[in-house]
Amino acid sequence: MSEPQSKMLAALNLRERPPRPSAPQAVLTFIWRSWRKTSGNAAYLAIDSIIFPAVFLLIFTYLFGGAISGSTGNYLQYLLPGMMVYTVTTMTVYIGINLKTDIERGVFNRFRTLPLWQPAAIIGTMAINLVSFAVGLITTLGLGMLLGFRPEAGWSGVLLSMLLVMLYAFSFSWIFACLGLTVRKTESLTTMSYLVLYPLMFTSNVFADTSTMPDWLGPVVAYNPVSLASASARALIHGTAGTAAMTTTLISLGCIIAVFMPLAFQLYRKKSK
Amino acid sequence: MKQEAAVDVRGLRKAYGKEDVLKGLDLRVEQGTVYGVLGPNGAGKTTLIGILSTLLAPDSGSVRIFGLDVVRDADAVRRRIGLTGQFAAVDEGMSGRDNLVLFGRLAGYSAKTAKVRAEQLLDAFGLTDAAGRSAGKYSGGMRRRLDIAAAMLVAPDLLFLDEPTTGLDPRSRSEVWDIVRALVDHGTTVVLTTQYLEEADQLADRVAVIGGGSVIAEGTPAELKASIGSGSIQIRLADPKQRGEAEQVLRRVLRTEARLHANPAELSAQVSDPRQAALALTELSEAGIYTHQYSLGEPSLDEVFLTLTGRSARAETLKEENQ
Repeated sequence: MSEPQSKMLAALNLRERPPRPSAPQAVLTFIWRSWRKTSGNAAYLAIDSIIFPAVFLLIFTYLFGGAISGSTGNYLQYLLPGMMVYTVTTMTVYIGINLKTDIERGVFNRFRTLPLWQPAAIIGTMAINLVSFAVGLITTLGLGMLLGFRPEAGWSGVLLSMLLVMLYAFSFSWIFACLGLTVRKTESLTTMSYLVLYPLMFTSNVFADTSTMPDWLGPVVAYNPVSLASASARALIHGTAGTAAMTTTLISLGCIIAVFMPLAFQLYRKKSK
Repeated sequence: MKQEAAVDVRGLRKAYGKEDVLKGLDLRVEQGTVYGVLGPNGAGKTTLIGILSTLLAPDSGSVRIFGLDVVRDADAVRRRIGLTGQFAAVDEGMSGRDNLVLFGRLAGYSAKTAKVRAEQLLDAFGLTDAAGRSAGKYSGGMRRRLDIAAAMLVAPDLLFLDEPTTGLDPRSRSEVWDIVRALVDHGTTVVLTTQYLEEADQLADRVAVIGGGSVIAEGTPAELKASIGSGSIQIRLADPKQRGEAEQVLRRVLRTEARLHANPAELSAQVSDPRQAALALTELSEAGIYTHQYSLGEPSLDEVFLTLTGRSARAETLKEENQ
């Protein structure tokens, strides 16, 4: 028998059968996978989580600040919490793209034939997305502070609003996870993100106070989840948060998660090529 | 007591929308054997493998792997099988080494053991030099080896190879064949789908030919060859214009359809007995048809395949016409 073959038999000889990985083990392994893939593409992470947020914050502050609020300093106090929401919203589509890419490549089939807790594959991808959300938020906030933004509720307000925006991005990501598991083509996801996310972001209170908008737009803006999130982030960071408004926001986000997270798991389980 | 079959399929049906892909398929694979599933493109081979490996749910029928139901006991089935697909199922965004560590950990190895196993398999499959490179940049043969290595991290009791050598060059193909033989020596049962008859001939203990959603023939490669007659006679005529006449003579003497080749002077027919072939040649010369050349040979699996699938397709057409 040739040498490579005997090496192969030696490699095969381990007849031990390791125990089925526990759910946390499987999740950790998928987090590791996402991390290895992301760190191999550090340039993309830097562009999405650092460069884009910085560029857009600068554009909106200096281009529109004077026109909307009279001065860039005033506008930044209003804009920055909204920009935190804007930054992560544009990134929520990635979970859908990541899942869709896995399914299109054959690797999905291998995951499916392994005896593991299947949602681990989605959660691992999601975990790394949360890291990039956090990097995006820290960039936005850090640059905002350099430009003169002052959180009126201090550091606890900053922390609470960051947590809220993270929760918002987490819940939105589940919607895109479901879409990623349903669409036929990856490109449809990008199209959808332009058709759905951008109108949602601009018909919100991210960039301008809703009292300046025509009446008919009022309900659209008021029930827009982007508005809910940015109004709550603004309230938390400036210490004007009311219990009722916060409860509404948290319940809305909770509902999105309660619907779309189990749905994503279900779609993933049922998915076949 | 009879040993539990590695694969036991009864009355398996699967449709995509209105299109029936599998129409009551039966299959039994004994442990420790290599089983070849042959069929043209679109015969339902990949769908069958998908169902056997828990990727797809059957519409009806019973599918058992080592006695375990693929739907109800999917997890237990997954612990005993390995799958390497037609399109290598590796993570193209990761290095070869990371791929094996990933699948090792997902198979339940500790981080440390997964690394050791990854190195062992990289070495065994000749991938150590390329271990740090992204699998997306591997050649077709390397990717296929990585794919098979990943399926062998925990030596599976049953390995599904879905067209393992499609698109590989001859050298990589024979490498894959060596790997399959080594696995079988080790006690793994292999179910192999292929379009290459040579591959089934080389590797498989038994072969099922699939056509129109069910098994149309089953047996050892030798049995299959014997089933269509002991051989065939190939004839090249001196005058192509006489081929029509020659065809009639062969049909009368051998009581079988002759096959007309692309070359207008050539035709062939199956013969179950060499004496009949001699008789046919005599009759041809008595009818004034001169043969340039003739030969008598064992049928190749290719001919078996054509005969079977051709016959089955004709049977289908007849059935439809009668309805």
